[in-house]
Amino acid sequence: MLQKIYDWIDDRIDVTPIWRDIADHEVPEHVNPAHHFSAFVYCFGGLTFFVVVIQILSGMFLTMYYVPDIENAWKSVYYLQTEVAHGQIVRGMHHWGASVVIVMLLLHTLRVFFQGAYKKPRELNWMVGVLLFFVMLGLGFTGYLLPWDNKAYFATQVGLEIAEQVPFIGTQLKTLLAGDPSIVGAQTLTRFFAIHVFFLPAALFGLLAAHFILIRRQGISGPL
Amino acid sequence: MHKGKGMKFVGDSRISAERKPNTSKDYSEYPGRTEAFWPNFLLKEWLAGSVFLVGFLSLTLAHPSPLEKMADPTDAAYIPLPDWYFLFLYELLKYEFASGTYIIMGILVLPGLAFGALLLAPFLDKGPGRRPHQRPVAVAMMLLALTSVIWLTYESAANVNWEQRAEANKPVPASNVEIDTEHPGYAIYENSCLSCHGGELEGTAGPSLVGIDYTPEELATIATDGIGSMPPDQFTGSDEELDQLVEFIISVNEEAK
Repeated sequence: MLQKIYDWIDDRIDVTPIWRDIADHEVPEHVNPAHHFSAFVYCFGGLTFFVVVIQILSGMFLTMYYVPDIENAWKSVYYLQTEVAHGQIVRGMHHWGASVVIVMLLLHTLRVFFQGAYKKPRELNWMVGVLLFFVMLGLGFTGYLLPWDNKAYFATQVGLEIAEQVPFIGTQLKTLLAGDPSIVGAQTLTRFFAIHVFFLPAALFGLLAAHFILIRRQGISGPL
Repeated sequence: MHKGKGMKFVGDSRISAERKPNTSKDYSEYPGRTEAFWPNFLLKEWLAGSVFLVGFLSLTLAHPSPLEKMADPTDAAYIPLPDWYFLFLYELLKYEFASGTYIIMGILVLPGLAFGALLLAPFLDKGPGRRPHQRPVAVAMMLLALTSVIWLTYESAANVNWEQRAEANKPVPASNVEIDTEHPGYAIYENSCLSCHGGELEGTAGPSLVGIDYTPEELATIATDGIGSMPPDQFTGSDEELDQLVEFIISVNEEAK
């Protein structure tokens, strides 16, 4: 029965080659912790992706309650945290995930760096990875404002003041982010919300796809 | 890819009517103990992922995510701090060579050099050798950068009293206490206490006065002599006014119960 369903689908969308491309690849001995325990360092990249998936899922649930408006943002987070069933856990996962993803990303970067795995022919994938790191820091910076509590507000104010001190384009840069050259307020919150849930995730997905396609094309780097 | 005559397609589509076998490649010819990702390795990876998830969930359960008071742009006493992974950049700006007239060093040149070098690492470190000892410059630069980041983060975080910060900024649930502005003590409260304890006793620079556990005598003493970081002589008036003030604060607390 299952085979028939599979064949029916395969007749229509030729799924076998796609499935083989995605799933069928080799795991060399030197990256397999079952054979060499020290190979656990190769797990950092996968775990980073795992936390990114946690962030995406928990973030989707957070937007069910969150209201990006200065009157209600804090109240909606407080309500989620105190009244909604499991709301504290969902927000907790997103909060801690944001820190854990940076830690895993750092460990993954250091593994690749110290093994010299970015050398020819993997230069492009290293650069995609560093861009992913920047996107992740951007997600951290914009997400920090969203609960609209004191630490969020004042940290963002400081961040925007730093952006303002960039020569020539400082004021424009600050206005682009905050929606106003001097006020950190309603506009800032909606902009950070849009950047955090639409712009940066879009960049993140594109870069992640490039990262994974390149790994599959080039294969994992050989043993040292 | 098959080519040429004799190819069969499904209907008028470009999908080959020929079925390809859906089995893993034979990895026994590969060097070492190579195994297939699907399904052999994925099962093990799943186990490692589950252990990680249990640890992660324990963390979120043991430490609920913090939430401070609702943002108050007029709170001039608040000391801003970024999230921990930006602390090193923040701390950098406290050094003389990276602040004031040299602020460009702190916000653009140094971070730009560090992150630019990270981005372009494959083109700066071009030798064929991959082992760390074959590329001493790259490894030394990375270790230097890593040590600086860890040191700056430590310097920044070590000087913060995190518990006190969290305690002082705990969120206040929306109060349902009705403040009786007609009360004779309210005018005195407005003059002496409101600027620090807020219009609804919810606390701003000073703590909330709702839900406190003091006798009227203790309250009177605190109002005149201060307590903790509250300086003395915040209240200066007659004894009768002091009685009214204490009575007002007690009455609000009675109502809030």
